[in-house]
Amino acid sequence: MVPISYYLVLSAILFGMGVLGFLVKRNVITLFMSIELMLNAVNLAFVAFATQWNALSGHVFVFFVMVVAAAEAAVGLAIIIAVYRTRQTLNPDRVDLLKL
Amino acid sequence: MNLWLIPLLPLAGALLNGLFGRRFSRAGVTAVALGFPGAAFAWSLWVAAQFARLPAAAIPYSETLAAWMQAGAFRVNFAFYLDQLSLVMILVVTGVGFLIHVYSVGYMAHEGGYYRFFSYLNLFLFFMLTLVLADNYLLMFVGWEGVGLASYLLIGFWFQKDSASAAGKKAFIVNRIGDFGFLLGMFLMVKTFGSLSFGEVFPAAANLGVEGSAGVLTAIALLLLLGACGKSAQIPLHVWLPDAMEGPTPVSALIHAATMVTAGVYMVARSSPIYSRAPEALMVVAIVGCLTALFAATIGMAQNDIKRVLAYSTISQLGYMFLACGVAAYSAAIFHLMTHAFFKALLFLGAGSVIHALSGEQDMRHMGGLRRKVPWTFATMTVATLAIAGTPLFSGFFSKDEILWKAYSSPQGSPVFWAVALFTTLLTSFYMFRLWFMTFFGERRTPAGDHTHEDHVHESPPVMLVPLVILAVLSAVGGYVGVPHALGGHNSFAQFLAPVFATGEEVAVHVADAGLERLLTFLSVLAAVLGFAFAWVLYCKRPELPERITAALGGLYYAVANKYFVDEGYQAVFVRPVVEGSTEILWRGIDVGLIDDSVNQAAAGARGISGAVRKMQSGNLRSYAGWVAAGAAAVLAYMFWVGTR
Repeated sequence: MVPISYYLVLSAILFGMGVLGFLVKRNVITLFMSIELMLNAVNLAFVAFATQWNALSGHVFVFFVMVVAAAEAAVGLAIIIAVYRTRQTLNPDRVDLLKL
Repeated sequence: MNLWLIPLLPLAGALLNGLFGRRFSRAGVTAVALGFPGAAFAWSLWVAAQFARLPAAAIPYSETLAAWMQAGAFRVNFAFYLDQLSLVMILVVTGVGFLIHVYSVGYMAHEGGYYRFFSYLNLFLFFMLTLVLADNYLLMFVGWEGVGLASYLLIGFWFQKDSASAAGKKAFIVNRIGDFGFLLGMFLMVKTFGSLSFGEVFPAAANLGVEGSAGVLTAIALLLLLGACGKSAQIPLHVWLPDAMEGPTPVSALIHAATMVTAGVYMVARSSPIYSRAPEALMVVAIVGCLTALFAATIGMAQNDIKRVLAYSTISQLGYMFLACGVAAYSAAIFHLMTHAFFKALLFLGAGSVIHALSGEQDMRHMGGLRRKVPWTFATMTVATLAIAGTPLFSGFFSKDEILWKAYSSPQGSPVFWAVALFTTLLTSFYMFRLWFMTFFGERRTPAGDHTHEDHVHESPPVMLVPLVILAVLSAVGGYVGVPHALGGHNSFAQFLAPVFATGEEVAVHVADAGLERLLTFLSVLAAVLGFAFAWVLYCKRPELPERITAALGGLYYAVANKYFVDEGYQAVFVRPVVEGSTEILWRGIDVGLIDDSVNQAAAGARGISGAVRKMQSGNLRSYAGWVAAGAAAVLAYMFWVGTR
């Protein structure tokens, strides 16, 4: 059996990539994808622990996360389209009408 | 006897005119304004008639309306007190007051604020009558403050004029200083006697006996004197009275000559049981009076504004009254108070008539030769001038001579007081005849290029002349109630007042030397004649002389003409430090520096912190994410640190 630390390291790497992508990218769709990456890194950690401790709740949590992520993706994409229609850009730094 | 009606009637007039006068016609205002004081005068006469029938044991007659305040054994009532002294005062106040009301109808006929003027004037009468009828010091103080208020309102009657409103404020503030003394005196009285009512304080004071050295009675007397000095414009609080001439002339006549300013004299005379047991305080009263009489008379010689001459003359005459009080000759003081009320009111009203005739001109240098143009005013003013100068057989002669004689002969008197008072008589006669000659004799001296008034000089209407004539008669004969024994009279006025001052050792003439009294009388007449002669030479015979003399006197004349720079001195010593202390310390230091600044600093601090914290809210998505990541990393690091410890 693969030791749990492998899963956790992979999860941390994935999460770190997500954070990095979120911080450095300028395209809002990429940011979105980074968020998904972070969520899935967490999911991986969840299922790894669930298997380790033979506890079902970790699996259940993962389903919840996937459902919420799907809903979020739907709403998020809708917002992105709306923003693009009005601002003709996908760069979040330029969506700054409310800034002083 | 329903004494309360006497003050309440003018109050009703004041309220009616004050509240509804705007809607009344002029005739309506006049009817109210004259009706109520007239009724008060009539009622005073009726009270006087009743009073004459009272048995001696029932005097002083007192009437309690209601309890005002009570704290333990200490109580103060709304009560009125009638004895010979208050009777004289109410007759003078309502009588002269009513005449001046009548005169004002003519004088104020062309002025705005007609109803307001009469409302204030009636209000003044209410407070003045409360003052003289009060049965205790506290109620007297109510009247005392009230007349101050009325005086303030009337001095500032033409409030659009800066000088008038400033003069009103000055009068009010200077009087505050005196009132402070009066209040402290009352506190000391409550502490010493446990009461403020005349009926209890005076017997208690009498029981204390004459103080050999300064004690509590002296302290009370001196504090009361401070109050009296404020109200009666004595040194060092005399500065407000000349400025008070900014008010309409009838006001100057009623308040600043005939009645209100004599309140201090009345108060000292009323407190005679206290003063007579504090010889050192009496001495101070006499010195203050003596100095004021001399000092004001010298200033009066160098003034050119007709009303200011009369104002200084008033201060000087009040000084005489204080001198009389100070030598324990209270009835002489009240006698002079009464005759002074007649002739000084007449002088002011006459001056008002002259000013009226010249359409507002007050500078005597621009008058002259008016005796044919305003014959009635001239005649009545002549009577008043003769009376105040002390011409034999006129009222001022008897009262002033009584004071001079008492200043010499009373146990508290001294030849020094007499000599100063005699010299003041000379000065009085000089400045009064100076005024008389400058106004009525010689040629009209219109200011260059001003010919507008020349043809409009007119005698005043009858409504102004009738009071003048009545007052002239009173000024002429008013003295006969007090002809001294030495001149073949019975001194009935002093005898009438004697019961009031009996407890106060009112002088039973110790030096019963009629020959000496006649000699002194002769000397004072001589002084008056000398004054007249000087005035005649300088202002009638050789009108070019005064300029040469003033030039020769140089600095001295300059000092006198500028009132010895007392105002400037007060300005430098009291007003400037207060103003600058307030500006630099209270305003710029404490208010702006401390209070405003602490508020501003708090606001600036909040703003600075917010400014720093605001930077976090950059609106930059990645910076937020960075903060979140950094925060998460920090939490993680902390957990590691905790876990591995």
